[in-house]
Amino acid sequence: MSKDTIAAIKENVIQGRKTQEDVGIDDTLAGTPGVMELMEQALEDNISPQSIITEGLTAGMEVVGEKFSSKEYFIPDMLASAEAVGAAMDVLKPVLEKAKVETKGRFAIATVKGDIHDIGKNIVAILLKGAGYEVHDLGIDVPAEKIVEFVREEKPGYLGLSALLTTTMTEMGVVIGALKESSLRNSVKVLIGGAAVSDEFAREIGADAYCADAFSAVRALDSYQKAS
Amino acid sequence: MARQGILVDRPYERLTGEQVQLIHQSSMDILRDPGLISFNKEAVEVLDGHGAVIESVAGDHRSWKVSLPEQVVVEALKSAPRTVKLGARNPDNTVVMHGDEPKVYLITGSETNIWLDVDFPTYVHKSDPAREIKVPEFKPRRGTVEDLCQSARVCEHLEMVDGFIRNVNIQDRDITEQNKDVNKYFASLNNNTKHFMSGLTSLDQLDNVVRMAELIAGGEKALEDNPIISFITCLVKSPLQLVQDTTDTFIAVCRRGLPVAVSSSPQAGTTAPIKEAGIMAQINAEVLAGITLGQLVKPGTPVLYGSVPVRARMDTLNDSYGAIETSQYNIDCVQMARFYGIPNYSTSGVCDSKIPGQQSSVERLFSDIVVAMAGPQYLHCAFGLLDCNSVFCLLQAVLDDAHFRMIEFLLRQPRIDQAEMEVVLKQIRTVAATPQKLYINYIRPVLRSGELSGIYPFEGSGEADQVFELAHERMQELLAMPVEHIDRETTARIFEEVPGILPRLNVYEREN
Repeated sequence: MSKDTIAAIKENVIQGRKTQEDVGIDDTLAGTPGVMELMEQALEDNISPQSIITEGLTAGMEVVGEKFSSKEYFIPDMLASAEAVGAAMDVLKPVLEKAKVETKGRFAIATVKGDIHDIGKNIVAILLKGAGYEVHDLGIDVPAEKIVEFVREEKPGYLGLSALLTTTMTEMGVVIGALKESSLRNSVKVLIGGAAVSDEFAREIGADAYCADAFSAVRALDSYQKAS
Repeated sequence: MARQGILVDRPYERLTGEQVQLIHQSSMDILRDPGLISFNKEAVEVLDGHGAVIESVAGDHRSWKVSLPEQVVVEALKSAPRTVKLGARNPDNTVVMHGDEPKVYLITGSETNIWLDVDFPTYVHKSDPAREIKVPEFKPRRGTVEDLCQSARVCEHLEMVDGFIRNVNIQDRDITEQNKDVNKYFASLNNNTKHFMSGLTSLDQLDNVVRMAELIAGGEKALEDNPIISFITCLVKSPLQLVQDTTDTFIAVCRRGLPVAVSSSPQAGTTAPIKEAGIMAQINAEVLAGITLGQLVKPGTPVLYGSVPVRARMDTLNDSYGAIETSQYNIDCVQMARFYGIPNYSTSGVCDSKIPGQQSSVERLFSDIVVAMAGPQYLHCAFGLLDCNSVFCLLQAVLDDAHFRMIEFLLRQPRIDQAEMEVVLKQIRTVAATPQKLYINYIRPVLRSGELSGIYPFEGSGEADQVFELAHERMQELLAMPVEHIDRETTARIFEEVPGILPRLNVYEREN
C-alpha cells in the first residue's frame, strides 16, 4: 500500500498535478488524487518522510528533469511539478522539523532596488523549492540594507539577486559591497541572474555565480551541496 | 475526406474595386485591340466560329490576328467551373477548390534542369586544429528520373505539400522526347499519392499518359470522378501570342475534360509593360484568352486562372522572382481570379538565390507569406526550387515545409469570442489576486493542444547555426520512409499497355 502511494506521488509529480483538480499530461488522471491528497494519505499511513522525499518527490523530479532535457517537457511542465513538490514540502516541514531532518539549504532571493521585474525571480524560487531548498522570497525593489539584514538574521547559505535592467544591475554590486562591509560576504554564496547580466559581470562584481536560467540556479546550488 | 487547405478568412487585397474593374475593362480592350496573334490554326478556327474577328497576318497562312469581342469572353467565362476538384491516388489527398473561397493549397513545382546535392565536409581551423566545423557544400548536376522519384517520395511525406508538380526535368541517357512524359508521370505517380500536375513534352504522349491515369484511377469514368492528374499549359506567350504546340496540347487536354491550368508568365519590362497597370491588364487578358478558348473547345472544362507574372532584373533582364513587385503582381492576380470566381494558380517562393541560405530564405518567405495572405487556391510555392526555378534542392524543400507550417499558423483565425473571453477574464482575476502574478499554470492545458506555435524546428542546441545540418537529418529520415506504390497488378498492366516506361522504375521487377 505504502509503495503504491509513493509510486502515485512520484507519478503525480511527473504529471505536475498538485491537487486532484489539476490537469496533468495524461488526461486519464483527471479527478484522481494529486500530490497533496496523496501526501495526506502517506502521512496517515505513517510512511516515513525520507521515503516520501527520496522515492516519491525527488524521484519524480528527476524524471521531470530528464524529460525537460530531452525536450519532451517545457518550463510550464517543470514549474507545475516543482510547485507540487514545493507544496508537499510545506506539508512535510513540521514533520521534518520534529524529526530534525534538514532541508538541502536555505536560499534567499530578491529583485534588487529600483527593479520591479520578478518573473525570473519567481521561477527560480518555485524551482528551488521543488528541488528541496528552503526558499525565502524577499520580493521586488529590495534595498541592499534589507538584504544584508536578512543575511545577518536568518543566515541563508545562498543568496539570489535578480535584475532585468541595465540601470539596476549595478545595484547587485552594491549588495555585495554591503555584505563585505558587514563582514557577511563569506557566509553566503551570491548568485546573480537576469536579462541584463552576464558571466563577465558576475566576475566583475565578485558574485559567486551567474545563472543564465532557473535551471542553472538549481545546478549551481546542487553543486555547492555536493562540494560541501 | 480531402485535404484541408489554409482558409484565409480576410484575404489581403491590394486593388480597390474600381481598380479591379479598370483592369478587367482594359483587358477586354486589349483582347479586342490589338487582340492576339495566333500561331495555332485550330484555335483560330474555334474562335472564328464563336464571333472572334480573324485576319491573316501578311497572308502567310501560319499566323492570324484575332480580335476577341468582350461578349465572346464574358459568355465563355460563364461556363468555366467555379469549383475544381483535383483528385489523388489516395482520396484523402483530394483537393477541392472554390473560386470564391480564399482557401490555399500548397503545391510544389516547377520543372528544373539542375539537381543540387548537399554534403557536409568538415573543416579544421588552421591555427587551432582542435576546432572543427561542418560547412554545407552544394553540388549541381543534371536531374535524373531517380531524382524525380526521390523528390516525389519526400514530398509525399512533407505535411504542408498538398499536391505535386513534377519538379525535376529527367535527363537520363535513355530518356527521349518520346518517352519523357510517360516516365515523368509514372515516376511521380508511383512515389506520391497526392494530386499530380505536369506539362506535356510531346502531345503524342497524351493518350499514353491518360491511359496510365485511367489504369491507376480504375477506368475512364473513375478518372473523370477522381482526376488524379492535371496539366499546365503556357499557351499564351507574352505578349499576346497563342503558341502553336502548347495550344495544340491545351485544346487536346480540354477535349479530354481533365483539369488544366491556363498559365501566362509575362515579364514586366520586356514582354509586358514595366508599369503595374500594364502588366496586370496584359496578363489578365492573356489568361482570359486561354480560358475563353478552353471553354469554347469544351464548355465546363475545369480550368485554373494561372498567373506567373515576374519583373525583369535590371542588370541581366532575366526574371527576378525576388523582386518585390513580383509578389505585388501575384497578389493582384489572385484578386482578379477571385473577381471572376475561377480558382487561381498562383506563384510564390521562387527566388533568385542559387543555393539555400539567407538570401533564399528572405526572398522565399517574403513572397510565401504575402501571396498566401492573398488567398490563392492553388499556390505553386516552389518547394525546394532555387535560381529562378532552374535548380531543385531537397534540403530546401524540407526547409520550405517547416516555414509553411509557420505561415499556416500565422494565417489561423483569431479565437476571440464570448466564451473564450469569459475564461480568460476569470484567469486574469485569479492571477491578479496571487502574490506571484504569473499565468504560467494556465499554459499547460494548451501546451500540447496545437494552439501554440512551436519553436523553429531546426534550431541548434548551442550558439552555432545548425539549420542545414538538422534539416539534412530530417531529409534523410523522410527519404527512408516508405511510400505506397501503385499496386503490383496495376503496375503490370501499365507496363503492358503504356509503352516507353523504363523497366528500372518497376519496383516489383526490382524485387525479383
